[in-house]
Amino acid sequence: MPPAGFDIARHIWLVPALPAAAFVLIGVFCLRGQRGARAAPALLICALAAAGVLAALAIYHLASVGGQPLQWGVRWLSVEKAQPALHADIGTLLDPLSAVVMLVVCAVSLAVQVYSVGYMRGDPGYARYFAFMSLFSTSMLGLVLSNNLVLTYIFWELVGICSYLLIGFWYKKPEAANAAKKAFIVTRFGDVGFLLGVLALSLSAGSLNLVDLERTINGRALKPLFLGESAFVTVVALLIFSGAVGKSAQFPLHVWLPDAMEGPTPVSALIHAATMVAAGVYLVARTSFLFSASPVAMTVVAIIGAFTAFMAATMATAQDDIKRILAYSTISQLGYMMLGLGAGAFSAAIFHLTTHAWFKALLFFVAGSVIHATHTNSIWEMGGLWRSMRATAIIGAIGGLALIGIAPLSGFFSKDAILAGVASSEVLAQTLGPLGRQVLFIVGLAVIPLTGFYISRLWFVTFAGRRDESRGKAHESPGVMLLPMAFLAALAIVAGWAQGWFANFVQFAQSDARHAAHVPWLPPASVLLGLAGIAYARMRVLPAAAAERRPKSAVHIFLKNHWYIDYAYHWAAWKIVLGFAAVAAWFDRHVVDGMVNGVAWLAGRFAFTIRRSETGQLQFYALVIFLGALAAALAALRASHGMWGP
Amino acid sequence: MTVTLEHFLLLSAALFAVGVFGVLTRRNAIGVLIGVELILNAANINFMAFWRYVAPPGTMEGQVFIVIVITAAAAEAAVGLALVLALYRQFGTIDVDEIHDLKG
Repeated sequence: MPPAGFDIARHIWLVPALPAAAFVLIGVFCLRGQRGARAAPALLICALAAAGVLAALAIYHLASVGGQPLQWGVRWLSVEKAQPALHADIGTLLDPLSAVVMLVVCAVSLAVQVYSVGYMRGDPGYARYFAFMSLFSTSMLGLVLSNNLVLTYIFWELVGICSYLLIGFWYKKPEAANAAKKAFIVTRFGDVGFLLGVLALSLSAGSLNLVDLERTINGRALKPLFLGESAFVTVVALLIFSGAVGKSAQFPLHVWLPDAMEGPTPVSALIHAATMVAAGVYLVARTSFLFSASPVAMTVVAIIGAFTAFMAATMATAQDDIKRILAYSTISQLGYMMLGLGAGAFSAAIFHLTTHAWFKALLFFVAGSVIHATHTNSIWEMGGLWRSMRATAIIGAIGGLALIGIAPLSGFFSKDAILAGVASSEVLAQTLGPLGRQVLFIVGLAVIPLTGFYISRLWFVTFAGRRDESRGKAHESPGVMLLPMAFLAALAIVAGWAQGWFANFVQFAQSDARHAAHVPWLPPASVLLGLAGIAYARMRVLPAAAAERRPKSAVHIFLKNHWYIDYAYHWAAWKIVLGFAAVAAWFDRHVVDGMVNGVAWLAGRFAFTIRRSETGQLQFYALVIFLGALAAALAALRASHGMWGP
Repeated sequence: MTVTLEHFLLLSAALFAVGVFGVLTRRNAIGVLIGVELILNAANINFMAFWRYVAPPGTMEGQVFIVIVITAAAAEAAVGLALVLALYRQFGTIDVDEIHDLKG
């Protein structure tokens, strides 16, 4: 219980500030020497534990005051002369949405740091790793807590740079360095749209404070810069959504996330599964008032989400790299969340964000554990780990079942909440018609058996079968890694049971979900679909084992090459860049160089023309001087007396 | 016939013209130098004439200028003859038409 007189809303800024302090301390004291490096994780873990306690207190406080949003801030930027005047604060907005996501970030980050103590042991960049992790935790918590879009954008970019730094953590590996660049550049495409959206909002609404913005837009007091009001809101919402598409790896900007797996596995668990990639989902939920004002934007969000969920799930079925399977799975699950947001089931989407954070971070921990034991990423080089890594295998099964959505694990509740929200979505029925809504719903259902297939394929190939002893013995991971895995496994099991409390706590004024019709056949149907996926994987994968490594059918090759989207981007970028370069080269050679050479040529011609006047004859020069003097004298005479006369 | 300012000016102009003609036409470098001396002395006659006929009484500037010009002419003759000597040593001639190494 908080002590009397402790105003949680005034002190919630401590949550991002604590890991920031850890970042500074690690940066100053720990980067040199062995002893300092050993202190680095301790600093960060203490900071995150304290931040987690504060976040839990905040949730307790909010629940007791009925979820009223609490703001605190200091004025930072103030442009009085702008029309309308523009203000930006450094401030926090504490409401159920931010409090829940904040707690999720603290908990996953804490688990990841403990896990990293074991996973990163002996790495030469040990302290640097924790410094980056602290900076990331700070930025992510700041992003969640920010009460205005300027601050959100700043933290948005900060998590982006942390992602870049941590993907490229092993920067001497060219693949890691390239993956880091790819992640940064691809997300930038979306961020440009986000920035434009923020600027357009600031000019039209006169404030970027989220509470003010909500009031402005709900009160229809927005002054559109162009088009009509509803079209303008649609444009702004889609611009902001483009930022979310980049960060949350939605089609067509999803290509960076699988490559981001070059980073250390705990980084993948924290940044590229549980928190940063969910920032896009959080942003859309945070600005839900904006999206609710535009049915078109909502529909775009839903369609992109559904398509991404399906596309990434199919890609995940044909990958060999354990982390890439999980990366495509993450993209697919983020697509689910977007689908839920677009359908107006905001609360369900955030609930799925929460449960997904537990079980996907857990699955990455499992992947890290087997990679740690076998020193390979290919599932075909693992095999039969069940004998030597029983705890990891069981935890992996829990994570997988939660991901598929087998009752009563957490994924079951959150995924069905999204699907039920889609089935009864008013906004989708309004824009797409009942049939279009039905199509999105069926796409959502179709992802379930795909999920069941790819994750059980991963599990069967990795843990079942027989271990190829020539690859060396695999050892179970140390306790410091198993402990956070057990912690997340427990959460992945029980988190779904809080669905009623969650839906009641995290409410959205504009949400359709409260009217969500109960679809009685959905829960058993989704479980059956998931089980069908598992059964198919059991039938197909296990006997095939190593033979499966060679792609057989055209479909398999298509999926293994992730729909050739990366190649298409590469080809298009290459053509565009080379085409533009050819034009630029022509321009440089013929126009720029032409001008320079032309000036030189003219000067040369002129010089060759007048060089004849240089005779070298002394008396010729004297004659010219004399004639010049005469001309000057005559001119002076003419100026003082007029034409020749007095 | 009284001698007036115009007579002096005519004499000076004639001397100047002869000097310029010498500078422009003589092929011998020493002849060119003599032409320069004539031009300078034409200027000196002008100074003297204007001092005598135009300048207010009691002023000395005209004569002072003449002394300065004579000094400068002496210096010019010294430098000029030294140059001619150097030319002769370099080219073996003092015919200015032959010396045109700076032809463009």
